[in-house]
Parts: sequence; C-alpha cells; structure tokens
Amino acid sequence: MLDIRNLHVRLEEEDKPILKGVDLSVGAGAVHAIMGPNGSGKSTLSYVLAGREGYVVTEGTATLDGQDLLAMEPEERAAAGLFLAFQYPVEIPGVGNMTFLRTALNAQRKARGEEEMGAGEFLKLIREKARRLNIDAEMLKRPVNVGFSGGEKKRNEILQMAILSPKMCILDETDSGLDVDAMRLVADGVNALRDAGRAFLVITHYQRLLDHIRPDVVHIMADGRIVRTGGPELALEVERNGYADILAEVA
Amino acid sequence: MTAAARLREDATRRRLAALGLPEGGAWANAARRAALERLAAMGLPVRRDEYWRHTDPATLNAPEAAAAELPDGAAPPAFDAIDSLRLVFVDGVFAPERSDDPRLAGVEIERLSEAATRDIHWARELYGTLEARGQDPVARPFAALNSAFATDGALIRASAAAERPVALIYLRESEASDAILHHCVKVEPGASLTVLEAGPGAARLNTVLEVEVAEGAAFHHVRVQGRDPARRSVTHLFGRIGAAARLKSFTLTKNGALTRNEAVLELAGAGGSAHVAGAALGDGAFHHDDTVFVTHAAPGCESRQVFKKVLRRGATGVFQGKILVRPAAQRTDGYQISQSLLLDEDCQFLAKPELEIYADDVKCSHGSTSGAIDETALFYLRARGVPRAEATDLLVLAFVAEALDEIEDDRLRAEVLARLEGWLTRHRS
Ligand SMILES: Nc1ncnc2c1ncn2[C@@H]1O[C@H](COP(=O)(O)OP(=O)(O)OP(=O)(O)O)[C@@H](O)[C@H]1O
Ligand SMILES: [Mg+2]
Repeated sequence: MLDIRNLHVRLEEEDKPILKGVDLSVGAGAVHAIMGPNGSGKSTLSYVLAGREGYVVTEGTATLDGQDLLAMEPEERAAAGLFLAFQYPVEIPGVGNMTFLRTALNAQRKARGEEEMGAGEFLKLIREKARRLNIDAEMLKRPVNVGFSGGEKKRNEILQMAILSPKMCILDETDSGLDVDAMRLVADGVNALRDAGRAFLVITHYQRLLDHIRPDVVHIMADGRIVRTGGPELALEVERNGYADILAEVA
Repeated sequence: MTAAARLREDATRRRLAALGLPEGGAWANAARRAALERLAAMGLPVRRDEYWRHTDPATLNAPEAAAAELPDGAAPPAFDAIDSLRLVFVDGVFAPERSDDPRLAGVEIERLSEAATRDIHWARELYGTLEARGQDPVARPFAALNSAFATDGALIRASAAAERPVALIYLRESEASDAILHHCVKVEPGASLTVLEAGPGAARLNTVLEVEVAEGAAFHHVRVQGRDPARRSVTHLFGRIGAAARLKSFTLTKNGALTRNEAVLELAGAGGSAHVAGAALGDGAFHHDDTVFVTHAAPGCESRQVFKKVLRRGATGVFQGKILVRPAAQRTDGYQISQSLLLDEDCQFLAKPELEIYADDVKCSHGSTSGAIDETALFYLRARGVPRAEATDLLVLAFVAEALDEIEDDRLRAEVLARLEGWLTRHRS
C-alpha cells in the first residue's frame, strides 16, 4: 500500500539533511511500528508523507497504491486515503469541531466523486464514534482542540481517523501523554479499524501501546534511516536495552 | 496663517461654494444654520490633522463626487430576505413608490424633507443635537456638514417594541451621485427597535445616524456596506445611551475605495451598555477606517468595540478607537479589540487604540493585532482533506466570528454571514 524508496529530505530553510535514504513498505492489512531516538526523523517522515511545506525531497519516491504522493497537494493525499494523527494536534480557535470534521469528510467525498453526507447522518456517525472513544458530546461543540487536554487532543485525532476512515493511517506518538485508560481507548479505536484493506504506521517510543496494537513489523529509525527491521520482539528489545546496542551494531 | 490652516480654509470654502442650505421650516433652518456655524468654526479636515493621519479626506472634501462605477445590478441588496419595513433611497433621495407603507405599530416614521416644515418636537430636539455633542473633544466636520446640508433621511421614533426592523435601503442609479442623508432615531423608555442599513447607494455618501436610547430601551443596528467597489463614504453614528439602556451596532463592509465609519457613543445613564463592531473585507483598492469614541459618563456601564479586517492585494485598514472614562463612571467595564488578517504581504493595517481614564474603579482592556493566516492551522485542515481555498475561508470566518457574534438576531447574523461567505468565494486567490 505505502511504498517509500530511498527517500532523502532536507529542510527548505537551511541545507540540513534530515532523511537520508528511507526505505519502507507497508502492505494492505499490515501494522508497522517505527521506533527510534528523539530527533531521528520519524515526525519528519510523517510530515513529508502528509505534504507539509518546509521540506525538500532531494531523492527517492513515496507512493500510495501506486500514486505518487509527493506530487499531490495535502488535501489530495487525504482524499486518496492518507491520514496522519499529529504528534502535536493543532488548535484552531473559532472553527467548531463538528464543522471542521463535516467539512473535511465532505471535501474528501467530493474529491472522490462521492455524494456528500447530510447533517443528520453525520451527526449520528459522529455521536456513535465519539461514544466509543469516550469523547464528551460537549467537546465536539468546542473549537478544534481549543482548551482540550493533551490526552483529549490525541483521542480527537483518533475520532477524526474513525470518521474519515482512511486506508493508510500514520499515527505519530498518539500514545504520548495518554493515561492508561485513554491508551486502551485509543488502541481499541485503532484495532476496530483494522482490516484487510487498511494499513497502519505507528510511531511510538513505548512498548505499552504495542501491547494493545500488535504490530506485524517493527522498524528502528536512526539518523534519518531505517537501521533495523524485525518482528514484535524488536520493540521488546528496545524497551529492555534502549537503542545503544542496536546503534552500535549498525555503526 | 499656517500651511495647514490655509489648506483647510481653502478646502472648506471650495466645498461650501458647491452646496446650498436646503429650505425647511423654522426649527430645521435654525438647526442647519447652527451646524453650518460649527462647520465654519472647525473647517473641513486636512491630512495633517491627527484624526485624519491615516485616511486622506481629499476626495471627501472635493466639491464634486468622483464618478464611481455602478453596482452589479444582479445581486439583490442585503436584507432582502428579512421581514422588515423598507425605506428605499435612490442616490440619496427617498423613493416612496419603492418603499413600504411607513406604518408600524408603536413606531412613528417621518421623512426629513417633509417633517422639516412641520414642528415635530422629538425630531426638533434630536436633529443635530447628538452630532453637536459629539464634536467635543474631537471635531467631526463631515457630520456638521451633514447636519447643515442633509436633504433627506428618516426620522424614527419607537415607543414600544417594534415588531419588525426598519430597513434603510440605499440604491444607486447614477454614476456620480453625491448624497447627504441624515437619520434620527428616538427609542423611548422601555421600547426597542432594530434599524438595518444596506448601501451605500451613492458615488459619494455622507450619512449621519443620531440615536437617543432612553432609559431601559434597546437599539440594534446592523449595516451592510457593499456592492459598489468604487464608492466613497463617510458615516457617523452618534448614540446617547440612557440608564439600563442598550445599543448594539454592527457593520459589514465589503470593498469600497474609501470608507470612514465613525461611531461616537455616550453612556449617559447608570448601567447602560454600548457595543459597536465591524467586519471589513477589502481586496485591492480598498481603504477602510473605523473611528470609534466611547465615553463612559455614568457608573456601572459596559462597552465593547470589536473590529476585524480581512485585507488582500494592497488593501488598507485603519482603526482609531478610544474609551474615555469620566470621573463619575465608576465600575466601568470597557473592552476594545481591533485585529487584521493580512492575506498577502502588500496590505497594511494602522491601529491607534486609546484609553483615557479618570475614575479609579475601572476595568478596561484593549488589544490590537495584525497577522497572516496561521500556516500550521491551514496545513492541519488540508491534511484532513479540506482544499486550500476552503480551508482559508474557514480560518477567515473564524477570525471574524467574534465581531459577527455581536449581532444578536440569528436571522440577521445568518444573512450577514451569507454575504461574507459570498465575498470570500468571489475573492479567492
Ligand atoms: N522545521 C525544522 N527546523 C529545524 N529543524 C528541524 C525542523 N524539522 C525537523 N528538524 C530537525 O530534524 C530532526 C528530526 O526531527 P523529527 O521531529 O523528525 O524527529 P523525531 O524522530 O520525530 O523525534 P521525537 O521522537 O522527539 O518526536 C531533528 O533534529 C529536528 O530538530
Ligand atoms: Mg516526532
């Protein structure tokens, strides 16, 4: 589904390479995890895939089901089925959560040539999904992420994912800042979406989330590259020993 | 004589030479002569005046109005869908045949040009009175000129809760019309009235709206200025708010070569409330100036000024806002915010917020900001699938929301919002 080949990225503002040849392939139905030290380029990879400005791709490709992601506008990538749960969800004062989500959903549907969802049907959908994630209906009336706690913002990302129902979901540290119960809700939210036509790329620092979302493959990223790829046991190894051994090995 | 004084004298002489005092009855003639004396004493403004530093009054001073392209006839004027009593003015002249029958329970409506020949005591007491009070401490020459030379307008007195708004609809049919309209509104104790204005409907328009809101009364004013991008206008709202009375005024301005909207409000009785708000949208040759002066003269009053400007392609926004708190006005609650959203780099926003406080138990806050679209928010929206243009519109609407929220009536707010959205769709990059 997601194919990243030899991806090199530098910052637009300064001549600083961040990604130095990332190779990664996530098949339909699979769950991959990426771990790696702070500053190794995990968020950068997710932003570049989502289409954020400020980065220059100097080499390599990224495709979603064969479509060249890097040639598309961010909104086109979203309509094509790519979703990024942000490490730092953005507050948008003055734009209501409901308006935001309905506008997003219908914009995607329109872009795909599908019929827009009416207000009533949308309300039913969002109520049902919010209940499952234990999100208060009052919260949905507030402006996007404004005044939300750290954990509420992360749950709101998962709610958006559940509503938009993308095929390629990238979660950037969605577990950070969550209490134990919220982590379970988020994991349940992800697991509920797992199916043969959908893939996940889960960026995390901790084994705990991976206890709930069992990944098929675990990658270690360091200094802008994937340096090791293995099964779920790789995450346990990181949890026990940190990155020192792995990094020494590949150096 | 200084250079500025010479310029002023010259501008005033040339402008007055092009005008003649309209004929009226005794009271109107007296009011007009008094206004003319005020004007002669202060003279018309010049660019060097502190109050006109950011807005060049030259085109407003000119003896003749510059021709301005006619509005696109296809679009209906604002408030078309609102159930209101419509008073239509075409190029500044009342058009009875295009207006509704001016009968509304609990409300008296007179035409200035007719009422001036009869003695209508409430109109006589009001006409030019609030304008004259509003000349101190800052001169407002175009308002004095208006009181002296206004040829038409509506005199409205509400002595109950009006069941429908009165809509002043300004239409334009002439390329170079130069109109001066003067309206007076008196809302008697406990009564309430909403006045709508849609226009301006002249190549150059000078309006004055004097509003006396008596004890416990409420006055709402919602105005949409748009449709004719080359127009020039100067407007004054003078309001005197009595004890426990409320005044709320909102203006949406779309385009316009030059617009100067002044609001001069006096909270004269305890526990009164005055809100004045505006959203201005400018693309290209657009100069918009909101000048507000709120005086707290009585204790326990509340005032709010909320002004938002959205500027594109070299448009200019100006805000001058003052809160003056007199010694008697203890427990004053004053709020003022003026913000601009610059959609590209060529625009400018000039703001001069001022507080002058002579009481000690006062809560006043003011703020002014100017900035671009929040790129982080824009990316977040786009990453969820909202195309750039729509995402920008959402952020613009979010930006002006605080001003729009000052419109209490849901239908009127929806009507204004629809106009605003229409503008955004027509002015996408
Ligand atoms: N806009 C930017 N300006 C300057 N440096 C940047 C920018 N974006 C990323 N970087 C740098 O690129 C490197 C990778 O950052 P990135 O956020 O991708 O790391 P990460 O792996 O997500 O880290 P963490 O685990 O802390 O979230 C860091 O050194 C970071 O400082
Ligand atoms: Mg990160």
